[in-house]
Amino acid sequence: MRYLPKSPADREAMLAEIGVPSIESLFETIPAEYRLTEDLKIPRQHSESEILERFRAFGSNLASGDAQELAAQPAGKMFASFLGAGAYRHYRPVIIDSLVQRGEFLTSYTPYQPEISQGTLQAMFEFQTMICELTGMEIANASMYDGSTGAAESVLMACRATGRQGAVVARSVHPEYREVLATVTRHQEIPITEFGYVAETGRVDLAALDASITDETACVLIQSPNFFGTIEDVATIAQMAHKRGALLIVSIAEAVSLGVIKPPVEADIVSLEAQSFGVAVGFGGPYCGVIACKEKFLRQMPGRLVGETKDMNGKRGFVLTLSTREQHIRREKATSNICTNQALVALMVTIFLTVYGKQGLRELAEQNLAKADYLRKALLDAGAATKFDGTPRFHEFVLTTKEPAAAVNAKLLEKQIVGGLALKKWYPELGENATLWCATELTTKAQIDAAAAVLANVREQEFVGAK
Amino acid sequence: MMADKFVGTPKKATTHVNQNEDLIFEKSSAGKKGYRLAQLDVPAVDASSLLGDAVRTDGLGVMPELSEIEIIRHFTRLSTWNYAIDLGMYPLGSCTMKYNPRINEAVARLEGLAEAHPYQPESLSQGALGMMKLLSDCLIEITGMDAITLQPAAGAQGEFTGILCVRAYHEARNNARRKIIIPDSAHGTNPATAAMCGYEVANLKSNALGMVDLAELERMVDEDVAALMLTNPSTIGVFESDIHKIAEILHAKGALLYMDGANMNALVGKTRPGDFGVDVMHLNLHKTFSTPHGGGGPGSGPVACKKILEPFLPAPVVKTNADGSLGLEYNRPQSIGRVKAWYGNVGMFIRALAYILANGPDGLRQTTEDAVLNANYLRARLDGTFELPFKSPSLHEVVFSDRLQAKNGVKTGDMGKRLIDYGFHAYTVSFPMVVHGAMMIEPTESESREELDLLVDALQQIAREAEENPELVQTAPHTTRIQRLDETTAARKPVLRWKPPVAPAR
Repeated sequence: MRYLPKSPADREAMLAEIGVPSIESLFETIPAEYRLTEDLKIPRQHSESEILERFRAFGSNLASGDAQELAAQPAGKMFASFLGAGAYRHYRPVIIDSLVQRGEFLTSYTPYQPEISQGTLQAMFEFQTMICELTGMEIANASMYDGSTGAAESVLMACRATGRQGAVVARSVHPEYREVLATVTRHQEIPITEFGYVAETGRVDLAALDASITDETACVLIQSPNFFGTIEDVATIAQMAHKRGALLIVSIAEAVSLGVIKPPVEADIVSLEAQSFGVAVGFGGPYCGVIACKEKFLRQMPGRLVGETKDMNGKRGFVLTLSTREQHIRREKATSNICTNQALVALMVTIFLTVYGKQGLRELAEQNLAKADYLRKALLDAGAATKFDGTPRFHEFVLTTKEPAAAVNAKLLEKQIVGGLALKKWYPELGENATLWCATELTTKAQIDAAAAVLANVREQEFVGAK
Repeated sequence: MMADKFVGTPKKATTHVNQNEDLIFEKSSAGKKGYRLAQLDVPAVDASSLLGDAVRTDGLGVMPELSEIEIIRHFTRLSTWNYAIDLGMYPLGSCTMKYNPRINEAVARLEGLAEAHPYQPESLSQGALGMMKLLSDCLIEITGMDAITLQPAAGAQGEFTGILCVRAYHEARNNARRKIIIPDSAHGTNPATAAMCGYEVANLKSNALGMVDLAELERMVDEDVAALMLTNPSTIGVFESDIHKIAEILHAKGALLYMDGANMNALVGKTRPGDFGVDVMHLNLHKTFSTPHGGGGPGSGPVACKKILEPFLPAPVVKTNADGSLGLEYNRPQSIGRVKAWYGNVGMFIRALAYILANGPDGLRQTTEDAVLNANYLRARLDGTFELPFKSPSLHEVVFSDRLQAKNGVKTGDMGKRLIDYGFHAYTVSFPMVVHGAMMIEPTESESREELDLLVDALQQIAREAEENPELVQTAPHTTRIQRLDETTAARKPVLRWKPPVAPAR
């Protein structure tokens, strides 16, 4: 086996040094009846070229991962995609990959020995600083698993900080984030109350929100831009929450929006999904969550934190700090059971943010605005209607087609176009014709025009059919 | 202090920029750019008129501005301050710091997988789902279980998922039960997880051998106990030989056996938890299955279970449709729900599967044997130099204590730091808590005999230093760019972000 650095002679010599006759002697503590006597029934040992071929087959949409089937198949088709909904396709500068593939970053452990981990620690400190700047918060942790678990952990954090049990959650928060929240809070006696959105604007229904908050509400959780792409009135919602002693948590699923949209400075806690900053959509993970908040909630923050300090000679250095909040010290009284975070992905985010920087993030966000604006107009011209018009949005919007989403998307797929995400599953009130569309800087005019042409055609056919 | 004219070779780190790279914000200059966007092919828009009040006006504060070469140098310089497996051994017990094969990285970046959107139609996701199915099948075979979810993002989330399944199982029998039994030798995540699932933690004291005390367990297990969370081999690296009796004691009272799979690198291809009575367990793909630690993540923590728990696994699961194609099954009425958006850390699945394929059944077995051989070799060579508190036979890791050195005032943490001066990462310090002054060593299979001998030499030398010059060890490391850091001040007056100087120096 090519990863194992031992000759047969090494193994013999080592067994002799240990003083046992065979390797089997070292496994005698495992009762004989449970020791495997046969090979595991898994694929045989593969060469590197065979592994590559197999994954090329998987990557070419072959469920079998069979290289011969791949060879027989015509060249793969490229699809244009208008999907977003919490997983966004943005350009990833190549230096991200060349830097994170350096073994010193890729193959290092959690920086518990700071003297030999300053690279990771300093980069994490830079990450925390950038997240604070972008979100308008005072502190940020060194990452969470993703936006869904980060939002749930933020709710637990708010309960600890307020001493209250209960969260009021907007239905316009990503449906899968809300599902995770339900799972996480179920056995912690934290009742979740959901409230709706205004049918015309897609924004939080302020009256419904006000009616949902009680003196037992620890926090209000909203998303902005929300799941429909609409930007919420964070300041007004914050006032409503604070008036009743509740905290406001703002979840942000599209981090690139922060380049052009005002940060939610009125919030107490911001839970950010930073995938958009240089991380591949990758069929859903790994991504990079992060929690940022006002400094007064520091002791309730879950996850790892990097702090600045000095060494014995007065030289600046960085350490993991405030670990008394964490499970390896506090055990069942910890702020969370979280241990592993997303350090390498957070590094990708840090490099992305450095590449684009102060000017690029704005320019990038404005390109996204422009593409989405063009997409919306093109689809309107093709006979579809957009919902929630008149409220500001970033690069996603809800479209209502004349035909059901399934039919429209099937026609788009024939032209190598993945259309918007059908919303009925989570929002039955929007009907089966409602889809969520997204354009980013990678969406081209040609792709948009092609999609619009298919939609226009769909309409024509329907018109013909009606005659 | 530095008045003397420089002669000869510097002993200490220099003040050259390579050794003292500033923070990225301190290197920024207004107007520099490291990017260029593609030419906009649609009409530009006016952000203020589209967004109104919602438009950002703060100019993005201190976000940096640098050119590409400066960015490359900054992060490359930072990287040189990290220790890494690629540079040498991490004898970190319980962490399984093995080689991270580069083919894993190559295949994880193939466009068809890396660019797959989680909501794309199933007809376009056959390859991604096929990859997940093959990994699931392999892990089920390796663990001897019946079903699996790949959704949990890391080991701790796997524990959470597994214990929620245990709870759902008991609730389906109309009694969630109150307690989870956890040995005192367990990882901190275990009790933290039990608390998150609404359970009380009942602490099980280890016996004189550091193992589960069967009589004590039998006394504790009643109809109020939902499960025992057991790490096997235990955190002292010893197989619980009475594992079937442990399972019987639990099952007799309707309780379940949860296995923390952190130490699975000792078992793969040699024995299967499903065969020895485990009902549910998690795996750490970033330990046993070679996905990179990346300075602390991402991980991946699949949960495998027996048939009785399958209905409770998170939705969705990969299913085979009637026509033979693959799909995602969301309709799972008894499911505990979702623990993470989408399907899990798919990028880690790809790497773990590449590792399994590279090994095959014979390679995985040889891997386990070499991991156990390495730990026992270190144990044989270091026994006597350090106290071995438990004499039970070791599998993949060995726990010594600092008792012999502590009489000179040298603690486990000091010797761990001193090991850095010899070119190694420290071993795991002060864990498990059942051993006072624990020195927990897990070499993994990735170390050659020559490398192990170097570690032995270093540790023997450090033991001598502890006798002859304790202060040298107590103040280690001496060869690193920075010395021991003031962690007390870091925690007392936390500085968690950079801020621009109030009056910039001109």
